[in-house]
Amino acid sequence: MDIVSAFEILVKSMLFASAPLILTALGGVFSERSGVVNIGLEGLMVIGAFAAVVFNLTFASTFGAATPWVALLAAMGIGGLFSLIHAVASITFRANQVVSGVAINFLAVGLGVFLVKAWYGAGQTAKIPVPMYYTQIPILSDIPVIGPMFFNNYLTSYLAIIVAIIAWFVLFKTPFGLRLRSVGEHPLAADTMGINVFKMRYIAVFISGVLGGLGGGVYAQTISQDFSGGTITGQGFIALAAVIFGKWHPLGAMGAALFFGLAQSLAIIGGSFPLLSDVPNWALLSAPYILTILALAGFIGRADAPKAIGTPYIKGKR
Amino acid sequence: MSNRVLTILIPIISVLLGLIVGAIVMSVSGFNPIEGYGALIKGAVGDSFYLGETIRQITPYIFAGLAVAFAFRTGLFNIGVEGQLLVGWTASVWVGLAFDLPKIIHLPMAVLAGALAGALWAFIPGILKARLRVHEVIVTIMMNYIALHFVNYLIRYVISDEQNTTERVPESASLKSPLLETLTDYSTLHYGIFLALAGAIVFWVILEKTTSGFELRSVGLNQHASEYAGMNVNRNIVLSMVISGAFAGLAGAMEGLGTFGYGFIHDSFSGVGFDGIAVALLGGNIAIGVVLAAALFGILKQGALIMPLESGVPTELVEIVIAIIIFFVASSYIIAYLLRRFKKGAN
Amino acid sequence: MDYVIEMLNIRKEFPGIVANDNITLQLKKGEIHALLGENGAGKSTLMNVLFGLYQPEQGEIKVKGKKVHITNPNVANELGIGMVHQHFMLVESFTITENIVLGIEPKKGLTIDMKKAEKEVQAISDRYGLRVDATAKISDISVGMQQRVEILKTLYRGAEMLIFDEPTAVLTPQEINELTQIFRTLIKEGKSIILITHKLKEIIEVCDRVTVIRKGVGIDTVDVEGTTPNELASLMVGREVLFNTKKTPAQPKETVLDIAKLNVKDSRGVMSVKDLDLTVRAGEIVGIAGVDGNGQSELIEAITGLKKSSSGSIKLNGKELSSLKPRKITESGVGHIPQDRHKHGLVLDFSIGDNMLLQTYYQSPYSKRSMLNNREINKQAKKLIAEFDVRTPSEWTEARALSGGNQQKAIIGREVDRNPDVLIAAQPTRGLDVGAIEFIHQRLIDQRDKGKAVLLLSFELDEIINVSDRIAVIYEGSIVAIVDPKETTEQELGLLMAGSKRKEAGEDTHV
Repeated sequence: MDIVSAFEILVKSMLFASAPLILTALGGVFSERSGVVNIGLEGLMVIGAFAAVVFNLTFASTFGAATPWVALLAAMGIGGLFSLIHAVASITFRANQVVSGVAINFLAVGLGVFLVKAWYGAGQTAKIPVPMYYTQIPILSDIPVIGPMFFNNYLTSYLAIIVAIIAWFVLFKTPFGLRLRSVGEHPLAADTMGINVFKMRYIAVFISGVLGGLGGGVYAQTISQDFSGGTITGQGFIALAAVIFGKWHPLGAMGAALFFGLAQSLAIIGGSFPLLSDVPNWALLSAPYILTILALAGFIGRADAPKAIGTPYIKGKR
Repeated sequence: MSNRVLTILIPIISVLLGLIVGAIVMSVSGFNPIEGYGALIKGAVGDSFYLGETIRQITPYIFAGLAVAFAFRTGLFNIGVEGQLLVGWTASVWVGLAFDLPKIIHLPMAVLAGALAGALWAFIPGILKARLRVHEVIVTIMMNYIALHFVNYLIRYVISDEQNTTERVPESASLKSPLLETLTDYSTLHYGIFLALAGAIVFWVILEKTTSGFELRSVGLNQHASEYAGMNVNRNIVLSMVISGAFAGLAGAMEGLGTFGYGFIHDSFSGVGFDGIAVALLGGNIAIGVVLAAALFGILKQGALIMPLESGVPTELVEIVIAIIIFFVASSYIIAYLLRRFKKGAN
Repeated sequence: MDYVIEMLNIRKEFPGIVANDNITLQLKKGEIHALLGENGAGKSTLMNVLFGLYQPEQGEIKVKGKKVHITNPNVANELGIGMVHQHFMLVESFTITENIVLGIEPKKGLTIDMKKAEKEVQAISDRYGLRVDATAKISDISVGMQQRVEILKTLYRGAEMLIFDEPTAVLTPQEINELTQIFRTLIKEGKSIILITHKLKEIIEVCDRVTVIRKGVGIDTVDVEGTTPNELASLMVGREVLFNTKKTPAQPKETVLDIAKLNVKDSRGVMSVKDLDLTVRAGEIVGIAGVDGNGQSELIEAITGLKKSSSGSIKLNGKELSSLKPRKITESGVGHIPQDRHKHGLVLDFSIGDNMLLQTYYQSPYSKRSMLNNREINKQAKKLIAEFDVRTPSEWTEARALSGGNQQKAIIGREVDRNPDVLIAAQPTRGLDVGAIEFIHQRLIDQRDKGKAVLLLSFELDEIINVSDRIAVIYEGSIVAIVDPKETTEQELGLLMAGSKRKEAGEDTHV
């Protein structure tokens, strides 16, 4: 394989692998920016993947070619609803947010596989009838070298990048975003300014559920194409790493997720690159995690979490 | 209502609520909950083979629960038990395979290797927390995945010759017990359970009976007062993570030297480490509580395996029940609040 | 009469205490009205009632003559009441403008019209002479400017009545002067101000009228013109002396604690103890009198090793303490009853017995070969419980379950029993009932009579005067006067504490 075609495969697989990570990480950014830790991203992806696969299997004949896209809407809805459990526990019941997130992860796998077994009689669903495919973007994909590399990909990769830009706009340009961030930094100050801390946090966690569900739905319909207990294994935690490595910024998280997607691709096809063939595979697979620890420790710029993250807001307590 | 009563009531209520939710899930999906739970109990303690398997399952749960609980007692959240367990598992198997020694030296050495590896893996988040105030939750999560990939690499390229599994550890490093196996109708029960119970006693002795334990607990409950009283808060943070990691590593050694007797490539986590969080929380982070909670989860997990055959209920029902239990234990604030309201209303 | 705010006969209770009892405060249009009282007198509670954070049990509030129910801060804002909190309510990572418009952002389409917002903020800032840079980040600006941002927040929301909660507590003298100017401008622009304070000097300088409250009860409202600091001081602290502790004259001997040229920075990096000199001799109690926030906490943290000093020396019996760790200092012979007993003094979830061994658990006989000797620990705990009259069901009871007085007795037992050469008691009677207070005072005096040195920090002047043998007045991080409690008055102390009268150190002392 020559370098150019290896590079092309690398870029394409990076975009392919990182789309679900980007979407889920953006969900994490919303939740954590509002002050709610979301270890449950993994579980939100699981439930999204489950919802998308079940929808795809059930309604393929109704929606035809549009099925995967409608299935994504279903995944978003179910993800959003599912995240409300985390919201109730960690915002209203003042549960430890990390523990609640762990429970979300348990519950998602348990419920997903339980229902798959109950409905389909096996631990793994059939392949979905209408998966997503590469889409050639007319004209642009005809540009030599760049065209096939960047304009012949899954539409979901473009979707992820667009959602990242929207998330940046919402968080940093709108009143809603300013209020959401204020609640994560200094909830008491936000409260004295008439902002409903509880409402903002519920909305933020709900958004994280919607985006996490979307990420899971994308993963299931592009990468795994079926659902079982082993469909999502750590992608949610890579997304969480991307949130931190991206310094809780939507575009940063997108960059981090792309980078982590690249690392995953390199682990698979890195052997084709002369320089990388000497790097042990495990190091590439672990790169997202090692880099995130280094970032947290301040070796790669300082990553400062939102100030009020992890603490329930108790009204009237000063 | 006193705190003491609440600390006992809340786990019990949480377990009941979890089981009730499980029953509802079964009913809604067209199963008979009584049959389902009946099958679960039968599968867990119905005959000596099942009982043996259940006790074997409880063994790593005790260690994983102790690991999480020990860190909790010093105010730290070790989500990294899963990773520490994997490195402990691998290290114990490695030492088991690498040496040829009499059992009396070889087995303790292999077990200790597991503890040491787990401790080392937990030292990293500990030192990062103590020196740089990096939050241990994220670091331990990340360390889990690093462990997963690292251990898989070791097993494939270092311990074995590009195989998916290692060789079996020799008898001299094995926890396997022909006696216990015979007693339990040839289950996989091994000597590990005695180590686990001893571990619970060690946990209790360290925390309640030693001077270090006094400091660890004090730092966990009030860092400011501990500093005022001249304790070294940072050293205690590292110490706590290291001991917690050692317990986690021992959980791995139980799997490596006992249950399986070899190491293998993991596609994903064993789940024991994460279950350890539930065990510790439910057990109120005390030794006896951890043992009881581990027993409950061992029963649930083992019994669940027989549920599909006997009642058609998928195994994963138990995952749902455990998740619900964690939610309620974590939401103890609201349960305590409701109990107090309820009591007030009754008076 | 033209009142813009009337709080009539307000009563506010918390479980177990009445924080406000029948307090009336009336604010005239265009005046600066001081709310004066000691720490814990109920000032903040009253203002939180006005701002809608608490609901009163009794009494009514009128704004511009109309009865109102202020159920939350939004209602207060709509009525034109703005509050400048003592602890700033600012998001550090946001810009000044973002903090100010938060919640009522001007919009352009979907986005915040930041240009417009900045222009508006800058305009208000210029009009009131607040001199802020609307685009600066909070984390990059001084404390004084942060306070001006808080003022801007209320003005941006159209506040006409402004409440300032201890606004000068965190400011430098220069910043205080600037704040005074801002007050004048605000009044000129038609605003009315309530100033919560316990600093007499400020009141005399800027206020028109003053309402005094003491221990939750409204005492009086007087015109500042025609009153004197002395009169205000006696209104604030009460004329009658509450406690009259019996004690013989001190017989001080050699110097035990010798602090020279000590400088300590606070948590924000501001030098809050400056070139401080202080000695405490064996057989005497030295009381530190001063308004909260004048470097007292930092001084004590430096002596006990909880905070590193920047320079200077702290010697105990000639041995330098300033570079030692807390444990070494404790072992050198320093006992410390900490200011915040819940934060530093006790591990609340430990048993009261364990708490009594918090400083000695690792020593023989309580600990041997790394193992605790629970029998010895319990024996010691029981002994201290009996000796110091700690009312507890048993030594196993959680410290949390005990009353404040018994918790404090336990701490004092722990610290006194070690027989330290110097005992540092920081606000040892805060929040305690009369019986416990007398007990604790007596213990401090006993310690003195045993020939030990005692350093007492308190914000209660009658406590300082009654218990101390010498009084050191601290102001802005330095000891500005040493006075004899038998020859001074609360009024004189009040003035010294406010920095309005300086005695040359040594002029009136027994050093």
